[in-house]
Amino acid sequence: MITLLYFARLRETFGLSSERANPPADVTDVRSLTEWLCQRGGTWQEELAQDKPVRVAVNQDIADPDTAVGDGDEVAFFPPVTGG
Amino acid sequence: MEVRIQTEDFDLGAEILNLRRGNSGIGAVASFVGLVRDLNHSTTVTEMTLEHYPGMTEKALSEIMGEAKQRWNIINTLVIHRIGPLKPTDQIVLVAVSSAHRGDAFAACEFIMDYLKTRAPFWKKEQTEAGAHWVNARESDETAAQRWTAPSA
Repeated sequence: MITLLYFARLRETFGLSSERANPPADVTDVRSLTEWLCQRGGTWQEELAQDKPVRVAVNQDIADPDTAVGDGDEVAFFPPVTGG
Repeated sequence: MEVRIQTEDFDLGAEILNLRRGNSGIGAVASFVGLVRDLNHSTTVTEMTLEHYPGMTEKALSEIMGEAKQRWNIINTLVIHRIGPLKPTDQIVLVAVSSAHRGDAFAACEFIMDYLKTRAPFWKKEQTEAGAHWVNARESDETAAQRWTAPSA
């Protein structure tokens, strides 16, 4: 099981701030996790498409597509940050 | 090193006094205060809401402050960032750095602020007369952060 978190525009669009998920065994990194979530279609496909500026953090560190994702991890999806 | 995420306002004078209290080795304090503007892309902003990622925010800011401490000869740092609803003229963020000499405090303060803008997980949602929208990230903020990674002469 992994914990998925969504923030800001993504949280609103998905109507979801967090969920527990059990991705298939071929989901091993951020890239394959994102592709798996895109398969939900609709807004998931639109918001997480490759050309969208979505940032991902794994266990609260900024990640890239090759960052490993495994059981027990916390993975967050969010738009580019706009604080300060 | 201290990070505070809070809904309440802050008092710059009191915070700086606290930062330098009891340390006679401090010769300089540089600070930056960010405020809510009433105009963004020529639309009038009536209110904004700051959302953040609890846990990662503190972690990211601590890392940024730790990096500043490695790069410059600084004594102490403080970052306060407000969350929740804010109105134009409200204070949003405070970065304060103390050091023996001014150059280190100036540089570290700007570095922390530039990195905060691009790495700390905060998001602004603006309420305008035309409705609410999430603020888009600015290319200029990324450029400002990148200049700190350029090889030094």
